[in-house]
Amino acid sequence: MATSSERSPPPFPDSEDQDVLDAEEVRGRDSDEDEDLFGTTIDRSEVTAGVIDPLSQQEAKQTSTAPVIDLSGDSQPVTSKIADPLVDLFSDAPPAAEAKKPSSANVDLFDDEEGSDIFAEPLQTKPAKQPQKSLFGEPDEDVFGEPLGAISKKPVPKELKEKSVTTKVTAGGPLQDSKPADIFSQAAASTPSVTSTVNPKTNGVHSEEDGDIFAEATVELSLDSPRNERKKEATAKPSAPAPTSLPAAASLAKPQPPALEEVRDGMNAYMAYKVSTQTTLPMFRNKTFTVRRRFSDFLGLYEKLSEKHGPNGFIVPPPPEKSLLGMTKVKVGKEDSSSTDFVERRRGALERYLQRVVNHPSLLQDPDVREFLEREELPRAVSTQALSGAGFLKMINKATDAVSKMTIKMNESDVWFEEKLQEVESADQQFRKLHALVESLVVHRKELSLNTASFAKSAAMLGSAEDNTALSRALSQLAEVEDKMEQLHQEQAASDTFTFAEMIADYIRLLGAVRGSFDHRMKAWQRWQDAQSMLQKKRETEAKLLWANKPDKLQLAKEEIAEWEAKVTQYERDFERVSATVRKEVIRFEREKTKNCKRQVITYLECLLQSQQQVSESAFSYS
Amino acid sequence: SSKTLRSVSVDLNHDASLLIDIPDALCERDKVKFTVHTKTTLSSFQKPDFSVPRQHEDFIWLHDTLVETEDYAGLIIPPAPPKPDFDSPRDKMHKLGEGEATMTKEEYTKMKQELEAEYLAVFKKTVQVHEIFLQRLSSHPVLSKDRNFQIFLEYDQDLSVRRKNAKEMFGGFFKNMVKSADEVLISGVKEVDDFFEQEKTFLLDYYSKIKDSTAKAEKMTRAHKNIADDYIHISATLNSLAADDMTANKKNLEKLSDLFEKFRKVEGRVASDQDLKLTELLRYYMRDIQAAKDLLYRRARALADYENSNKALDKARLKSKDIPQAEEHQRQCLQKFDKLSESGKKELTSFKGRRVVAFRKNFIEMAELEIKHAKNSVALLQGCIELLKSN
Repeated sequence: MATSSERSPPPFPDSEDQDVLDAEEVRGRDSDEDEDLFGTTIDRSEVTAGVIDPLSQQEAKQTSTAPVIDLSGDSQPVTSKIADPLVDLFSDAPPAAEAKKPSSANVDLFDDEEGSDIFAEPLQTKPAKQPQKSLFGEPDEDVFGEPLGAISKKPVPKELKEKSVTTKVTAGGPLQDSKPADIFSQAAASTPSVTSTVNPKTNGVHSEEDGDIFAEATVELSLDSPRNERKKEATAKPSAPAPTSLPAAASLAKPQPPALEEVRDGMNAYMAYKVSTQTTLPMFRNKTFTVRRRFSDFLGLYEKLSEKHGPNGFIVPPPPEKSLLGMTKVKVGKEDSSSTDFVERRRGALERYLQRVVNHPSLLQDPDVREFLEREELPRAVSTQALSGAGFLKMINKATDAVSKMTIKMNESDVWFEEKLQEVESADQQFRKLHALVESLVVHRKELSLNTASFAKSAAMLGSAEDNTALSRALSQLAEVEDKMEQLHQEQAASDTFTFAEMIADYIRLLGAVRGSFDHRMKAWQRWQDAQSMLQKKRETEAKLLWANKPDKLQLAKEEIAEWEAKVTQYERDFERVSATVRKEVIRFEREKTKNCKRQVITYLECLLQSQQQVSESAFSYS
Repeated sequence: SSKTLRSVSVDLNHDASLLIDIPDALCERDKVKFTVHTKTTLSSFQKPDFSVPRQHEDFIWLHDTLVETEDYAGLIIPPAPPKPDFDSPRDKMHKLGEGEATMTKEEYTKMKQELEAEYLAVFKKTVQVHEIFLQRLSSHPVLSKDRNFQIFLEYDQDLSVRRKNAKEMFGGFFKNMVKSADEVLISGVKEVDDFFEQEKTFLLDYYSKIKDSTAKAEKMTRAHKNIADDYIHISATLNSLAADDMTANKKNLEKLSDLFEKFRKVEGRVASDQDLKLTELLRYYMRDIQAAKDLLYRRARALADYENSNKALDKARLKSKDIPQAEEHQRQCLQKFDKLSESGKKELTSFKGRRVVAFRKNFIEMAELEIKHAKNSVALLQGCIELLKSN
C-alpha cells in the first residue's frame, strides 16, 4: 500500500548543473514536507552540502554569501573552526575578514525578514580560498584543506535564500528532536551555513582554494576575486611556526601539549582540542566561541547523533577511530614524527568530521550539535570508552546486528538500492586498497627524503675532501641542492599523507556510514514486515474468535487489530521515509564526494606541481 | 650506440689507430657474451677489422695479468669491470610472478614492463662498463701495446684455456698481495716526495668518502624507483575505481589514474638518470681511485724494498761480503722506485684531470636531465589540473 517513493535518483549532474539539482532536491523535499512555512519554494538556498568539502576549502561561493550577510545586518559568516590554541588571537580576525567579504553587492537579492527564526540563511562559502602559491613561496602542503566546509551561517534566518549564496548548503528542514514525522517540515529555505574553518597549515602555507567549481552556481561571480583574496587571508591558519600575518579561520587547533591543556596524568593524559566556531546563525548564543573538547567528546557526539538520526536513514558522518596505539605513543611523550603525524591526522579528521556534521542541514539543527559547539563543559562521554560497560554493550549490539543482517533477507523492491549497495561495497574495497598504496607511497617518499639527506651529507664531505676547487664547489653545491630536495620530498610526503591518504580514509569511513544507513533501512523494513505478520496473526485470532463467538474477546481482538493496523501503516510509512531519506542522502553524499574528491585532487596535484617546480628550480640553480 | 651510453668517462675512442667497442651482447642464463669489435690501423694486428666473443671472466683475466706484470707497476691499471649482476631484477621478476594473482592484468603488464626495462638497464650498464675498460686500455700509450691485450682482442678461440694457464702460473699471487695490502703499509712508509705524500692523503680520504657517497646515492636511486612503482599500483587502483564509478567522479578518477601512469614513467626516468649519471659515476671513480691507490701501494712497496736494500747494503758493507750483489740490488730497487715514482706522478696527474672532467660532464648532464624531467612533471600536472578544473 504505501507507495515507496519510487523516484528514480536524479541524474548526477556535473557541477554546472548544480542549480538544477538543487531545484530538484527542493521539489523532492516538498513532496515530503507538510508545509512550507514561507510558501516560497525558490529560495532554498541551495547550497549543496557538497560544497562543504571537508578537505578542500574551496567553498567558492563565498562571494555571494557576502551580500547576504550584509543584508542581514549583523550577520556574519559563521565559521566553526577549531582553532589552534596558539593562534587564538586570530579567531577574531577571520570573522572580521569574513564580514568584510559580504560587502559585495548582492544586496538586492536577499530580503531580510526579521522575524522568522527557523531558517538560517544561505550561507556563504567558505573562505578558505588560499591564494595560490604566489603569495607564499613555499610549496603548498597544507594538509587540511583550509576551510573545510566553511559554511557561513547567516544569522538572519529570515532571509529569502537566494541561490546566489555561494556556499551551498542544502536547505534542509531543521531536524526536530526525536520527531519522527516530517523531517522536512521546515521550508527548506534556510540553509544554515556553518563555516568550519580550516585547520592550521603546518607551515602556514595555505593550500590553494579552488572556488571556481561553483562559479557557475553563483550569480555574483564578479565579486569573487577580491573577496576570495580576503577570504584566503582569513582562512590562513597559522600553525605553530606559521606566519602570524594571516588570521586564522576556523581550524581545528593542533593540540600542543605544552601550550594546550594536556592533562598530564600518566596514562590518563589526554589531548584537548580547541573548537572555535564562527557563526551568524541566531540559534547560537554568540557569534564566535571556543570550547575545548576531548576526543571522547567527539565520539560521544557521534553516538548521540547516530542513535537519533541513523535509524531514520540519515548518513551520519563518522569520526576517526579510536587508536590505542597512537594515543599511547603520544601520551608517553614520544616526540618523534610518528606521534606528531598521528596527532595531526587526528586533528584534521576531527575537523573534517565536525564540518561534515555542520554541513548536513538536518544534523545542524540537532541541539546536541549546538551543545557540542557551545557548551563550556561537556559531561564525559563515558559510553565511548572502550573498556567500559557501555563499550561492551555496544560490542554486543554490533554482534547481534551483524547476525541479524545475515538473516534478514530483504525483499528488495527497489533496484536502485541494490545497485547502490553493490557500488558502495566495491568502492569500499577499492578505496581500502588505494589507501594502503598511498600509505606505502608515503613511506617510500619518506625513505627517499632520508636517503637524499644522507647523500647530501656525504656529497658535502666529498666536496670538502676534493682538492680541485671548482669540483669541490660543485660538489658542495650538489649537496645543498640535494638537501633542498630532501626537504621537498619531506613536504611532499606530508602532503601525500594528509591530503590524499586522509581523504581516502575519510571516504572509507563514510562508505561505512552509508552502509550503516542501508542497514537501518533494512531494519525498518524488517519491522514493517514483522508488524504485518503480527497483524495477520491478530486477524486470524479475530476470525477464530468470531467463529467461536466470544464477543468480549472479540472486542479486544478488534482493538488489537486496529492497533496493529496502525502500526503496520506506521512502519510502512517509516520504511518509505527511511528509504527516501537514504536515497537522498546517498545522492547527496555522492555529489559531495565528487566535488570533494575533485577539489582534493586538485589541491594535491597543485601541491605536487609546486614541489616539482621547486625541484626544477633547484636543479637549474645548480647547473 | 655505445657512444651515447658512455657516461663515466670522457671520450676515449678518439685514436683511430685502435678503435674498440662492444656493439652487441647476448645474455644467456647467467652468462653474458660480449662481442668485442676492433678496428685498427696498426700492423701488429692480423686484420684491420675483426670481432671476437668474450665473457666477463676473460676481462678479469686480462685485468689481472696486467696487474701482475711488473713493468706496469708504475701505471694505474684501469679497474676491472664488475660482474654483471642480474640478481635484483631477477628476484623482482620472481616476486612479481608470485603476486600476479593480486593485481589487475594491466598492473601486472606494467610492472612486467618496468622490470624488463630494469633488466635492460642493468644490461646496458654492464656492456658500457666493459667497453670503457677496454677503451681505457686502448688509449693508454703503454698498456695498449700489451701482448695480452692484443691476444684478448684478437684470439678467435676460446680464451678460457689460456685463462686457466695464466691462473696456474701466477697463482694470483700478486693479486692477493695487493689485495691483502694494508693501507697501514702505505701510511707506514716514510714518504720522501711531497707530491706523493699529498696524493696519498688525498686518495685515502677521498676513497672512503666516495665509497660512502656511492652507497647513499644508490639508496636514493632505489627509493625513487620504489616511488615510481607505487605510482603504477595507484594508477591501476584508480582505474578500477573509475570503472566502477557511475557518477561524475568517474572522469576525474580516470584522469587522475592517467596522470599517475604518466608520472611514474617520469619518475622512473628520473631514477634511472640519477642512477647512470650520479651513482654509476661515483661507483666507477671509486674503483678508479682504488686502482690509483694500488699504484701508490706498489710504489710504497718499491720504496720499502729500496730501503731494505739500503739496509742490506749497509750490512753487506759491514760484513764485507756480497757487496756487489747488494749494490746491484740496491741500484735496481732505486731504479724501480724512481721509475714508479715518475710514471706514477704522470698517471696520477692525468687521473686527476680525467676525474674532474668526467665529474663535471656528468653533473651537468644530470642537472639538465633533472630539469627536463621536472619540467615534464610540471607540464603533466598542470595539464591534469586544467582538465579537472574545466570538468
